[in-house]
Amino acid sequence: MLGLNSKDQKLFLVVIVVTLLAPFILNPFPENSELAQFNAGYPDLMQRFAIFGIFAIGFNILFGLTGYLSFGHAAFLGVGSYAGVWMLKLLSMNVVPAIIMSVIFAGLFSLLVGFVSLRRSGIYFSILTLAFAQMSFALAYSVLTPITNGETGLQLALDDPRILGVSQIDGSIPPTNFFGLEMRDGFELALGPWVFTLNFGYYLCAVFVLGAFYLSMRIFNSPFGMMLRAIKTNQTRLPYTGMNPKPYTLAAFVISGMYAGLAGGLMVAMDPLAGAERMQWTASGEVVLMTILGGAGTLLGPLLGAGVIKYFENIFSKINDTILYEWFSFMPDGLQDVFVFLIHPFIGKGWHLTLGIMFMLVVIFLPGGVVEGGQRFMRLFKRGDKGSKSSGDAARSASPAE
Amino acid sequence: MGILEISGVNKRFGGLKALDDVNLDIAAGTVHAIIGPNGAGKSTLLNCLVGRLEPDSGSVSFNGHSLLGVKAHQINQFGVSRVFQTPEIFGDLTLLENVMIPAFTKRDGAFKLNAWPSVDGESEVRDQALFYLEEVNLAGKAQVRADEMSRGDKRRLELAMCLIQDPKLLLLDEPTAGMSRADTNDTIDLLKKIGEEFNITKVIIEHDMHVVFSLAKKVSVMAQGTVIVEGAPNEIKGDERVQEAYLGGAHL
Repeated sequence: MLGLNSKDQKLFLVVIVVTLLAPFILNPFPENSELAQFNAGYPDLMQRFAIFGIFAIGFNILFGLTGYLSFGHAAFLGVGSYAGVWMLKLLSMNVVPAIIMSVIFAGLFSLLVGFVSLRRSGIYFSILTLAFAQMSFALAYSVLTPITNGETGLQLALDDPRILGVSQIDGSIPPTNFFGLEMRDGFELALGPWVFTLNFGYYLCAVFVLGAFYLSMRIFNSPFGMMLRAIKTNQTRLPYTGMNPKPYTLAAFVISGMYAGLAGGLMVAMDPLAGAERMQWTASGEVVLMTILGGAGTLLGPLLGAGVIKYFENIFSKINDTILYEWFSFMPDGLQDVFVFLIHPFIGKGWHLTLGIMFMLVVIFLPGGVVEGGQRFMRLFKRGDKGSKSSGDAARSASPAE
Repeated sequence: MGILEISGVNKRFGGLKALDDVNLDIAAGTVHAIIGPNGAGKSTLLNCLVGRLEPDSGSVSFNGHSLLGVKAHQINQFGVSRVFQTPEIFGDLTLLENVMIPAFTKRDGAFKLNAWPSVDGESEVRDQALFYLEEVNLAGKAQVRADEMSRGDKRRLELAMCLIQDPKLLLLDEPTAGMSRADTNDTIDLLKKIGEEFNITKVIIEHDMHVVFSLAKKVSVMAQGTVIVEGAPNEIKGDERVQEAYLGGAHL
């Protein structure tokens, strides 16, 4: 079915179910409970899970499959964002042209950057992409102000032409929509003490993330994907096998650039503004972290990595000392202070520290990322179940992920 | 007229004259060995044939195509395959995938954006790959990662990767380097068997005289960047110039 083998079919089915039920799965705690702050099922964050998931899935095609580590992928996301906002300004508030143009512009820009950067491999390639991205960032920040609106960032205005739509409704900017369906709209579903938000914007992102995931599965299983893995493994052999590696790496680069553009386009579809900081090297570094944390070269890894990082960024950073004092209120006063003092550096603004430690632990103990962790866990489970017979099979099936 | 014609090829590396007016004519369907002491220019010559190096002057033509200035992957598409001195394979991929890749490049050319169909659907290529793995006695290991194999197996895999392309010319760069006597004999037997089944012109660069005399129909001896003697193996054995090149003039 769908041109996938049975293992991938199952995986895809699970991803579809989880994505569609995300507003429920991510909101496990009742609205008024103390744990409600760990709920991630609000539209803004779920959209970000999906958008950065797309970004990381695309990045994985270049990094995980082809073995080229780009440190400048945020530039394509930024270009996609700018293109998207311009479409919203010039054409209409319908997100479809914005998303299409985001992908096209990011694709063209990645063709240019890839053509130059792919003349080198290894660390030199990484440095070239980093240089390009920082150059784009600096340009967007200064010289290209007429296009990018510099420091302030590109925003919608009341006097934008929007030739296919309307400039303003009752003195305010119309909301982004998908053929009339407003992205910010949705349903609130109250079930007992639980409140779930089903947001149109999130479901549009969900459709795109499922499409992006499906396409990446097709690429992984195709002869083209096999060639990309061959490039990652041995560059010396390839030309003497009659294959020209250059167009293959360029195609992988452009495909992943278009994924980044799609992510940028969805970002502005959900929240119509674009700033230069989206192109900064920290943003490029983040997608590298996501991919490695989840498991580079695996199908599901980038999606998981994006989820973990965005969850930490949004949930851990919200916890402050007041909340900590509440948690430890059962303790005697002195001990309470000690505990809050110890945990303080890891929460709130210190969430980067938590993330950094987690990243180090994963790279050292689980080089295959969260996916490898899952596989090891499953193997333990299987071994207990069927005895030692299956351990050989499991070891073999796990090895390609390493 | 030979399938591969090398005439007046020169190659310099700075002050060193690596190839000095090399002339060679490889006849179609033969097994031609190039031997010579270290530094004679054998590997440089081979690299000039496959597009890794470009000669300073002279001409190389294969089956009517000039190979000068032609990229390595295009030369392969003309029908020239090579085996490396140390096996170059795709270590992270399975044996089956290793052999399928050259089959895809043979079928689809140097580049094809074949990203939608699944590899599982390419049963024709897979069957072909399994057939050639069988030919080199590796069929039982089709799903093993290539890096996990012994060096001898890697060489056989590389040979299968060349054979699946049905090349017109196969270049073997010291196919028995670093092998034990038993492994060497296995390789000789395998190459003999392949020679009987497939009509492929072969050029073998080799140190080991045992290999050369068991396989080659014709031998060219190189020394100091040029071909000094050419002939059938038996003629070469007794030639004084060959002994001088190898042993510095001390007669056996």
